[in-house]
Amino acid sequence: MNQLWTIIRREFASYFSTPLAFVFIVVFLLANGLATFYLGAWFDMGQADLTSFFMFHPWLYLFFLPAISMRLWAEERRNGSIELLLTLPVPLWAIVFGKYFAALAFSGLALALTFPVWISVNFLGNPDNGVIVASYLGSLMLAGGYLAIGSCLSALTRNQVIAFVISVVACFLFTVSGAPLVLDVFRGWAPQVLINTLASFSLLTHFKAITGGVIDLRDVVFFVTLIGGFLVATMVIVDMKKGEGA
Amino acid sequence: MIEVENLVKKFGDFTAVNNLSFVVESGQVMGFLGPNGAGKSTTMKMITGFLRPTAGTARIAGIDICEHPMAAQTRLGYLPEGAPAWPDMTPRQFLDFITRIRGFDKAAARQAIVRAVGMTELHGVLDQPIDTLSKGYRRRVGLAQAIVHDPDILVMDEPTDGLDPNQKFQVRQAIEEMAAHKAIIISTHILEEVDAICSHAMIIDRGEIVAEGTPSALAARSRFFGAVSVTLDTAHLADAEQALAGLANTRLEALTRGVETTISVFATTQQRDAAALLAEVQELMSGQSWTVRAVALETGRLDDVFGTLTRKPRPAGGGSAEARS
Repeated sequence: MNQLWTIIRREFASYFSTPLAFVFIVVFLLANGLATFYLGAWFDMGQADLTSFFMFHPWLYLFFLPAISMRLWAEERRNGSIELLLTLPVPLWAIVFGKYFAALAFSGLALALTFPVWISVNFLGNPDNGVIVASYLGSLMLAGGYLAIGSCLSALTRNQVIAFVISVVACFLFTVSGAPLVLDVFRGWAPQVLINTLASFSLLTHFKAITGGVIDLRDVVFFVTLIGGFLVATMVIVDMKKGEGA
Repeated sequence: MIEVENLVKKFGDFTAVNNLSFVVESGQVMGFLGPNGAGKSTTMKMITGFLRPTAGTARIAGIDICEHPMAAQTRLGYLPEGAPAWPDMTPRQFLDFITRIRGFDKAAARQAIVRAVGMTELHGVLDQPIDTLSKGYRRRVGLAQAIVHDPDILVMDEPTDGLDPNQKFQVRQAIEEMAAHKAIIISTHILEEVDAICSHAMIIDRGEIVAEGTPSALAARSRFFGAVSVTLDTAHLADAEQALAGLANTRLEALTRGVETTISVFATTQQRDAAALLAEVQELMSGQSWTVRAVALETGRLDDVFGTLTRKPRPAGGGSAEARS
């Protein structure tokens, strides 16, 4: 546990060693604001809620989070420091989870810095703060899902650009798998079970359920399972590469 | 003690390390020699648990690295090739991280870091990002990381690569200081380094051990071993060759480097005593009008042995077959 904490701290600090973290947070907040006020037309809606704020999160995360997760493993491989990390007496799970939690904490920080929106909406009206809290939690879980997928794919390559691109594609597929765009392809010939399964893999579906204000245990279980699954897959890939020698 | 047992590593069809076995006792410094791509780094990566062997294993202080990697890695210090570190950290943060990961408490960590920093002379750069350090300092940061927990076993992949002569000297000195109580493996392709710090040396080529022994025993395999070398001004080469031609049962070989030439006198019969040959050559030279810069009895040349054993393709019926037996 101590080792896990040590790794989280090192990884988290490494985000702030370059201006990258600040650039990332500023651009993320700007994009968030633009999406909410311009695309979401928050002021025109005349409603004291944050629906138009949260509804863009899956699409913003789609590009922002792979930018964080791409470096998790690819950078270590490129830099050679993976050899150092994997020859220290630390269990692999502590490294995989430590890196992941640091990335999640960083995304969480970026998300937390959107708090002025929350203050504004409370200032302007009487929103349902319970829904907003649930939505923030849902947004964090969504980020967690994207980051876990990205961590796994970053472990596959030493090239950060490749890691970024395949992560965006994979996250996109997981996001839209519940949308008519995808389901219509299967509808009509595939058994309903398959369609339901496919739809249930959609991050969007589960995210929307939570931002509706209801934290259903099934949605939480979905995210936790997805994250756990991809992190275990990360461990398997990193371990497999030990045998290959890449 | 490091015990390597029948270590094999295959990458697809390519065999990088082929059935390697050796033992390094505490107090020994094993020099790992070989051309690029011979399998030095791959072997070290397997010993330290970064790569999984295709077959065979290594034991660190009696602990199997494949079965109990963490227990073995606790006893191990490793400087990977190129001395990687996290460029955004300062040496102080880096060493602090390593000691924390290795489970030191605060006081012990501080002590260990002071010791390692002292041995690698990092005082001046402790708070500069590793990114901004020179190659020499970066290498020393890597070294400090490898020795900070005072491990019984130390594996270093080219610890002096890219250092200037002064830094090389310092690193070698640091290794010598630690050598008495540790089992150390270093890889290098600098042959003088083997003479300078290694108690044992091993030449590997294409994943196999082609020669092994003390550096002087290895050097003695050189064809120069037992020859007498005369160094003189190139201007007098012809005179000297004429004079030396008078020796019975010898063969001459001259190597010119600018104004200086070295003539090696080889005995062509087995019975000839090297000391006697030296005396004869000295006597012959003393009567000449021109000066001889040096006369020496060759103890063998490691670079010559290295070249003979690792040149591709191996010379048929040459030293390599003999060396491998």
